Amino acid sequence: MTAVPIHRRRFLAPLARITGGDKLVGAALVVLIVLILAAVFAPLISPHDPDAVDLSATLSGSTPEHLLGADQSGRDVLSRLIFGARTGLLGPLMVVIVSTVLGMLIGVAAAWYGGVVDSVLSRAMELVFSFPALLLAILLVAVFGVGLTAPVIAMSVAYAPYVGRLARSVALQEKARPYIQAYKVQGWSGWVICVKHLLPNIAPLILAQSAINFGYALMDLAALSFLGFGVQPPTSDWGAMINEGASAMLQGAMLPALAPGVAIVITVVAFSLVGESIADRVARREER
Amino acid sequence: MTEYALEVENLRKSFGGHVAVDDVSFSLKPGGSLAIVGESGSGKTTTARMLVGLERPDSGRIRVVGRDRSNAARGKATRLARARELQMVFQDPYLSLDPRVSVAQCVEEPLRLHFGMSPRERRARRDELLERVGLGEREADALPRRLSGGQRQRVAIARALATEPKVLILDEATAALDVSIQAQILDLLAEIRRDTGVGYLFVTHNLALVRHIADDILVLYQGRVVESGPTRDVLAAPEHPYTRLLLHSVPRPGWDPAQIAADRRALATALREARAPSAAAEPARHDPDAAPTRRSVTP
Amino acid sequence: MTTRLLEIENLNVRLAAGRAARPILDGVSLHVERGEAVGLVGESGSGKSVTCRSVLGLLPEGSQAAGSLRVDGEDILTMSSNRLRELRRRDVSMIFQDPRASINPIRRIGDFVTEGMRAGGVPQKDALKRAEELLESVGIREPRAALRSYPHEFSGGMLQRVMIAGALAGGPRLLLADEPTTALDVTTQAEVISIITRLQAERDMGMLFVTHDLELAAAICDRIYVMYAGRIVEAQSAERLFRRPRHPYTSGLLAATPRLESDQPPHGVPGRPVSLAEAPDGCAFAARCAHARPGCTEDEPVQREIDGAQVACLRAEELIHD
Repeated sequence: MTAVPIHRRRFLAPLARITGGDKLVGAALVVLIVLILAAVFAPLISPHDPDAVDLSATLSGSTPEHLLGADQSGRDVLSRLIFGARTGLLGPLMVVIVSTVLGMLIGVAAAWYGGVVDSVLSRAMELVFSFPALLLAILLVAVFGVGLTAPVIAMSVAYAPYVGRLARSVALQEKARPYIQAYKVQGWSGWVICVKHLLPNIAPLILAQSAINFGYALMDLAALSFLGFGVQPPTSDWGAMINEGASAMLQGAMLPALAPGVAIVITVVAFSLVGESIADRVARREER
Repeated sequence: MTEYALEVENLRKSFGGHVAVDDVSFSLKPGGSLAIVGESGSGKTTTARMLVGLERPDSGRIRVVGRDRSNAARGKATRLARARELQMVFQDPYLSLDPRVSVAQCVEEPLRLHFGMSPRERRARRDELLERVGLGEREADALPRRLSGGQRQRVAIARALATEPKVLILDEATAALDVSIQAQILDLLAEIRRDTGVGYLFVTHNLALVRHIADDILVLYQGRVVESGPTRDVLAAPEHPYTRLLLHSVPRPGWDPAQIAADRRALATALREARAPSAAAEPARHDPDAAPTRRSVTP
Repeated sequence: MTTRLLEIENLNVRLAAGRAARPILDGVSLHVERGEAVGLVGESGSGKSVTCRSVLGLLPEGSQAAGSLRVDGEDILTMSSNRLRELRRRDVSMIFQDPRASINPIRRIGDFVTEGMRAGGVPQKDALKRAEELLESVGIREPRAALRSYPHEFSGGMLQRVMIAGALAGGPRLLLADEPTTALDVTTQAEVISIITRLQAERDMGMLFVTHDLELAAAICDRIYVMYAGRIVEAQSAERLFRRPRHPYTSGLLAATPRLESDQPPHGVPGRPVSLAEAPDGCAFAARCAHARPGCTEDEPVQREIDGAQVACLRAEELIHD
């Protein structure tokens, strides 16, 4: 075999492994890649300035000039959608990173030490579970003011127990496996065993859960923006766009609210599909 | 007094209200081979786990080459010293290796932890260990999932030997292997014992196996030692009914499972009846029959 | 000639298409008569479990089978799915290795034992009464209470008895046992085996007993088939197989088994068992065989009869005199 395809295969291999030959998952992955590219290169690819006002096009519907029409202020919906992907993806990304790290730490610590540590951490997670995430976010907005910061902190805290609970149960299972016990018998410290052996082996499953969480976090953050607690107009954000577009709906223009709504649904579904696919693959690997 | 490689006195462990290991004592001479035999729930695995520090005994003493290890290890030095005395090979070859660590790494890890070797010395020692268990360079680079059950168990043995322990605990180490492979591993273990003088503690329920691998035997039933002594004597003339039951349970031509089933029920009934009246006065230490722990390995 | 209870002829199973395509069974032929206990012995990858499951029409996912597989003259491979369901409910039953994995943990024991009968149209009351008798016959004390219990309240050995009771509910003529005691303790194994063999004799069932344990098979079976790499390499009566194994693999297995009554230490067979997909040309066992000759790696041995034994070894005739 020649060197070039091997090189390319190595680059694409992780992606191919995630799809596992499933066309739907492949499509979801393509959607996610397109979204990320759109977010990164937004200034280059968006047809208009997202904040530029073209009053002649107000609520125009789809035209060659404005493919997804323009909103009630005459701003290009497609361009706002593309720029909206930036806050739309950045927020959940931070939520997922923080909640995953936090949840893994809590979950693994609870599983590894057991006893009192486990009880305290588990009760703490239940406490957070019982507190409505949106309410927490609204309270934090009162402290930090509107913007992305408060919702991201609130969602990170709210999502950490989901990761933590999963991490705890998987780590408990993994901890009982003989290979972990063999390392104990070898004389390694608990810290080294956890970091070098336990975490890498449970990580794929946790990351699968985090990918699914990404979609939910995106939806929650959009909801906060919609309610006016998150990203503020005129910054383009999908949740805020639905809010602004809602009044346009009454005037018969569906696109300004519908387009971001569809974008949210597609993104959430795509993340769920990819997450489930990773989880399935991990489960299948476990079986062997 | 002889220095024993492993000495266990009055070991006891209970989980909740259930006594898993009750007053178990035995010892193992350097380079000796002892089998702890019993069925699940007999306390044999719990005993093994206490020896390597995976469970903490409620009471009793464990000494390896004279050094006490009954209490939790404090500090790194103690932990490492203990790991160099006693190692363990687990039953399931599919779960006892980290799936993400290559065979070579798996054997090098304990070398790195325990000995201040240069990378070159370490590689040389690793190759020596792998060769010792019959694995070559091709297997060394592989991840565990590329290996068969027998090969994985060889890796586990090499890994356990890396710290040069005085005693190796083999917890049903061949039970999950194919018969033709099990015999290979037994051959290998015998060879290693001959060459290195390591002592073996087998944990198993297979008496036919014990006959060929262990000098001495310790039969556990419901957490207690019911019979012990040289394997040859105990198997030739078992004195405790439970030992006899275990012996008869090994399938062979002309085997009568119905009789064994009847014996098993009779034994359980006898035990229940013997325990019930004495329970109020004094906890029943031994089984109803006249000759429980007649032979003991302890001096 | 009357039809045999189970007759498998030249069964070939292969996983079809895709990257995982590979052969699993090659020309497996065996039969079980009424009231006969037949052992199917092999190591991992030998295809013994696939053979056993195929009798219930349970082939590996995505596989294709060729050959014939007849229960009382009716071919399983061409059977309608309705007829197959009826067959599984009434005529052929299976006992699996791990009772805990094979019995639905959230349903009561009574539901498990009666579900086949209920599906067959037996009224609830009669089914429960019959289930009680069945549980009693496998040695469960207080069967009436047991019917209302859940699987987690039973030990592995007790649960295996429940599975046997469930397997007998339809009054099968053929019992398939796939390593039914491998997960059990030795003493529990003896007890479960005594129940299986007693019921098999009482009800005059045919039994196909799959195991990796040659000693166990020899202890309870009339005839034994030995499988290696998806093929049957030897078949003869249990007693003679034990005394005079004809295939080098069978002798190897016997020599590798540690034995109580012998001073001979177990002697391993070099190499490791292979599956059919990994097997080289010629005799699959040649690479591990002490008697192999250059010709062994070229021609695939054909099964033939020698002294009442079926053997698939190129040198079987010569080796008799060794």
